[in-house]
Amino acid sequence: MSDLHAQTVPYVRDTMLPEQSPPAAQSGAVRWLRENLFSSWFNAALTLLGVAVIYFFIAHYFPWFRHGVWNAASLQECRAIIAEKWGPEASGACWAVIRERWNQIIFGFYPTELYWRPILTFVLLFVAMAPVLYTQLPRVLLWGTVAYPLVAMWLLWGGSIWPVVMIAFGFMLGGVILRIVSRWSALGALVAAIVVPVLFWAFLMGPIDDDLSYIAPIALRPIGSDQFGGFLLAIVIGVGGIVMSLPLGIMLALGRQSDMFLIKTLSVVFIEFIRGVPLITLLFVASTLLNYFLPPGTNFDIILRVMILVTLFSAAYIAEVIRGGLAALPRGQYEAADALGLEYWRAQRLIILPQALKISIPGIVSTFIGMFKDTTLVTFVGLYDPLKSIPDAIRNNFEWKGIYWEPFIFVGVIFFVLNFAMSRYSMYLERRLQRDHH
Amino acid sequence: MANPERLAGAPEANVSTEEAIRIENMNKWYGSFHVLRDIDLTVHRGERIVVAGPSGSGKSTMIRCINRLEEHQSGKIVVDGTELTNDLKNIDKVRSEVGMVFQHFNLFPHLTILENCTLAPIWVRKVPKREAEETAMHFLEKVKIPDQAHKYPGMLSGGQQQRVAIARSLCMKPRIMLFDEPTSALDPEMIKEVLDTMIELAEEGMTMLCVTHEMGFAQAVANRVIFMADGQIVEQNNPHDFFHNPQSERTKQFLSQILGH
Repeated sequence: MSDLHAQTVPYVRDTMLPEQSPPAAQSGAVRWLRENLFSSWFNAALTLLGVAVIYFFIAHYFPWFRHGVWNAASLQECRAIIAEKWGPEASGACWAVIRERWNQIIFGFYPTELYWRPILTFVLLFVAMAPVLYTQLPRVLLWGTVAYPLVAMWLLWGGSIWPVVMIAFGFMLGGVILRIVSRWSALGALVAAIVVPVLFWAFLMGPIDDDLSYIAPIALRPIGSDQFGGFLLAIVIGVGGIVMSLPLGIMLALGRQSDMFLIKTLSVVFIEFIRGVPLITLLFVASTLLNYFLPPGTNFDIILRVMILVTLFSAAYIAEVIRGGLAALPRGQYEAADALGLEYWRAQRLIILPQALKISIPGIVSTFIGMFKDTTLVTFVGLYDPLKSIPDAIRNNFEWKGIYWEPFIFVGVIFFVLNFAMSRYSMYLERRLQRDHH
Repeated sequence: MANPERLAGAPEANVSTEEAIRIENMNKWYGSFHVLRDIDLTVHRGERIVVAGPSGSGKSTMIRCINRLEEHQSGKIVVDGTELTNDLKNIDKVRSEVGMVFQHFNLFPHLTILENCTLAPIWVRKVPKREAEETAMHFLEKVKIPDQAHKYPGMLSGGQQQRVAIARSLCMKPRIMLFDEPTSALDPEMIKEVLDTMIELAEEGMTMLCVTHEMGFAQAVANRVIFMADGQIVEQNNPHDFFHNPQSERTKQFLSQILGH
């Protein structure tokens, strides 16, 4: 019995209760099983059913993996080894094809002795991404990130270094002009910063390039786009598309929210048109139609064309994802930025976008993952994607005619690893940007 | 509630004759709904005005017109000698001179308290970062939360957040402060700490326009109370006469409802 009689005696606590630690977590495997798998008859039935399904799949497919052969010169040899070892009825994986041809799945038809170039490019990709992905690193490294696309272009396609240097010089020229002229007129600076480099590239680049190549012929062996293939191709298009589609998507999302009628309309039309058209249609545009619009005589690289169209495609999706993020921000954020006198672009850059992009991270990364997987569709415009074209090319050899699952599984595993890494990074980023708790 | 005796002694002491805000014949519509009707109001430098009225009377809309968060459709608003028109330069100029505190604080959740306070001085006023941080710390001390400077807004209580919001506005060294129901979203325990900060600001002679339901604050601090209903200014008077001798029926009805219990 307590001393406290609520009805009759007024009550005043004279000692405040100290804080106590929570009861020790109740643990144990049996308890976990009971709570999570057998909490009710229905749940128990589902658990048993699930176990049965898993068992069925493993029992059915495991032997195929267990019978796998790694050392053989052809599919026939594989089958002979399996039949000899596991009996004539047994089926098994012929991993020998991967062992023999993995380099084609990764590098396409890139010359074997030049594999160091894509490998170096891939390693440098991480060096270039590091300061963007991990903000703790010194900001100076960002210059390497900015230079990376040109370095990668030169390493992968080869040729003389001077055109690449010229392109970089054109950008620098534009930057310097922008900085100097913007003292007088922002619009004039923008126009000059675009026109002067374009004129430079159009008229001066050729002659200067000739001279420099004559004086200092620094060049790598040129590799044509038709020799690209496999994951080399998928990653080149995927990374290019990701890097270009994010800024474009942001601009489109802001454009769609704009008060200016023309900009808003153009953004809406672009987004809705691109989303309404299958990617394959755009790839066909890249491979055939685009040439009609370009000045005669220009031979635009097919990989670059595909990359541009893939970029436009995913930018439309990114724009919608970011629009969701923008819509999720309370109006008060815009009002507070306005009330402090921040002008539009500053408010967007400092207040609105950091928050909207954070909300949109899962959607953006999903779009990137989807786009990376969609790069396999380039098979339809004659490029050697890792999923169909390369395995087909392998099957065309007499030794590997009839091989089916093994390349798919290998390619699937690599795609999974890359996409899972992207997904994990996005979760890390979300956690790191968490600002509600300590 | 704030202590009604504190400033009652000399309400007109530091009011100058210089105009801070002049609103003439201002009208505003939301679609076909006439929210603000023929608003005429002159605020002198150093004046502390409390705007009261039932919800939907247009009081928030009116003060949000002063820094152009809302656009007026006819009439004239002159703030600190600058007329508010569609000219963006004028709007930015007015906004950097007029501080605003919102009902829901509207701090930037992705920035620390210190960054919240230094952002606008650095990017709008072009103050060097070091100097902006010193100013920010000065005002954070003034609102009594310098020790929270490196936390994020989400880690602070509502009252603390609102005081940060006041400090953030003050860092721009504004000549006029607008308060849009600054205590309406706060727990009762936290209202006092925010009102105390506002009283301190009033004592220093800041020109203030407050939309609030804190009638104790109005009696203690305001030198003019404006009562709005149905988009119009129904009555304005000094706080003593406003509360003890209201003239219009609408005001009497309003006062009897909020002071009646």
